[in-house]
Amino acid sequence: MSTQPSPHALPLPDADVEARRAPRILRQHAALFYPALMLGMFFVVPFGIMLAVSFFHRVEGAFFEPAFELANYARFVSPFFGKALVFSLWISGLAAVVVTCVAFPFTYFLTRMRRGSQVRYLVFILAVLSLSEVIIGFSWSTLLSRTAGVSNLLYFVGLLPQPVAWTPSFGALLLGLCYLGFSYAVLVLYPALSRLDPELPEASRMLGASPLRTFFTIVVPVLRNSIVSALIMVFVFNLGAFLLPQVLGRPEHWTLSVLITDQAVFQSNIPFAAAMAIFLMLVCLALVALTLMFGQQRRAAP
Amino acid sequence: MALRIEHVSKSFGNFQALIDVDLEFPHGKLVCLLGPSGCGKTTLLRCIAGLETPSEGRILLDDQDLTHAPAHQREFGMVFQSLALFPHLSVGENVAYALRIRGVDQAKRRKRAEELLDLVRLKGVTERSIAQLSGGQRQRVAIARALALDPKLFLLDEPLSALDAKLREAMQVELRLLQQRLGISTIVVTHDQREAMTMSDIVVIMDHGRVQQVASPLDSYRSPSNAFVADFIGISNLVRGTLRGRDTVLVDSRPIRVARLPDGIADGAAVTLSIRPEEVHVRPAQESCENQLAGQVSFVRDLGASIEITVRCGEKEVLAVTTPRDRPGVQIGDPVAVELPAAACVVLAS
Repeated sequence: MSTQPSPHALPLPDADVEARRAPRILRQHAALFYPALMLGMFFVVPFGIMLAVSFFHRVEGAFFEPAFELANYARFVSPFFGKALVFSLWISGLAAVVVTCVAFPFTYFLTRMRRGSQVRYLVFILAVLSLSEVIIGFSWSTLLSRTAGVSNLLYFVGLLPQPVAWTPSFGALLLGLCYLGFSYAVLVLYPALSRLDPELPEASRMLGASPLRTFFTIVVPVLRNSIVSALIMVFVFNLGAFLLPQVLGRPEHWTLSVLITDQAVFQSNIPFAAAMAIFLMLVCLALVALTLMFGQQRRAAP
Repeated sequence: MALRIEHVSKSFGNFQALIDVDLEFPHGKLVCLLGPSGCGKTTLLRCIAGLETPSEGRILLDDQDLTHAPAHQREFGMVFQSLALFPHLSVGENVAYALRIRGVDQAKRRKRAEELLDLVRLKGVTERSIAQLSGGQRQRVAIARALALDPKLFLLDEPLSALDAKLREAMQVELRLLQQRLGISTIVVTHDQREAMTMSDIVVIMDHGRVQQVASPLDSYRSPSNAFVADFIGISNLVRGTLRGRDTVLVDSRPIRVARLPDGIADGAAVTLSIRPEEVHVRPAQESCENQLAGQVSFVRDLGASIEITVRCGEKEVLAVTTPRDRPGVQIGDPVAVELPAAACVVLAS
């Protein structure tokens, strides 16, 4: 702030600007305070509690008492929990890939429809989101069952020699997880696909590429970031599914989330459940970080 | 005859984008499709490209019917309004994309990409990403990419609209010189009449889905076929009057003699006179001459290189443009006479 008036310069209200800037910064910070408070109350504090509890000592027949021990973490370093972890990652990853492969072309054609039809489809997809995991699980379990399922229909029209039970099975679980993740994948992909410049695929067509070739050489690579986002989103979401594996899968298909629920709810072993949850989260974060790093490296390459 | 458009119409729902367009594009010429936004020029270009299918009519190239041929089989080069450069590919890969689709090996692709970039005077950017280029450089990459396959037809949809005014003018000249050097049949869509005048051999002026006039740039300026063209190409004074005899138009009951008269206008018909501002002479009120209207100067805009004088004659305003050398000493409020020379008066049917 200069107090010496320069003969040429217009009188700039420096002091005024400064005075106005200070409260504005304060206001901006105040605006951030609310989300910070909510994030703290509903995420950081509960997570902190969980982190602390994961080191606590479990009291058999009671609850737990404050302590610092690594026993909870040491306990799941076993073939049983190791297998559950690998299986969780495998089926969540597989479902994420299947869902993205189906949702991407679906969303691509959706964004090329008329506005009115697009809205109808989106409303339907949003409606699917309102179904809970419980409803989805039991619906599929009924649809795939021997007594009341789709196989009766196929038997009726002569495609099957007798009605069969398709659940519980790996396929049924995969199907359920895909159904659960599909709407999320569409909602993640929709904004990016509808923002895609329609002249990009047209330019590719003019340069001699067929529509299919254009889809794979232009549309998919241009939207790679969104595809990776959808993959990660569905993967993480599936990893948290703890009901579908119990309803649609056999015990060997139980994911780590099921085992965490079992420990927390039925065995009352909160410290062990907390330790498993934290471990699962760390593995999950590491995988996401790897995926993003892989994405960035590809971009940097010429 | 290179390209023929036969009675092409295109409608989107209830909206008629093109109405019975019938055109012939001679080989090796640059044709501009010119008109205001929504006039159908882009739709016509997209029909030629194969990105839209006409609702009616045919499109023929060297007597081969292309109306329903898919875009990727037409072998036309196109520059899009957004340029549509592929953001995930380098400059060289963008330019050589068409060759990659055709399975040309990498060494040949590289060589051809460098040739094409040379052609548009871009050097040493082959490895760069699109994001690292300036607007003018992107423009050149888009042109090079469209020319990669030696297309039979070179289509450009408002190609220079993203550039600033100075660069746009320079690119117009460059694009025209490039087209003449390659001798490639070219169609450019533009709403900028200056751009059309600079670049084209033939201007197709469109409005409301119809072709209004097909002419050389100068002819469309000197002999517009109707009031829309007269007003759209350059600036024109449009004065309403009534035809009397074979060579006179009455404007506010003053006789204005005209040199030419289009066919098929009956004596006594309402007509519009189109006179370019640079043809209008402003004289002091006391000087009397033929073909003049009396009025009062309502505004003088001195732009340095030219002077625009607006004269109010009764209900209408007449604009005259003159150079500083010929500047008549008039000021706002002066009573003056505007002379409309007979040779400069174009009679248009109202």
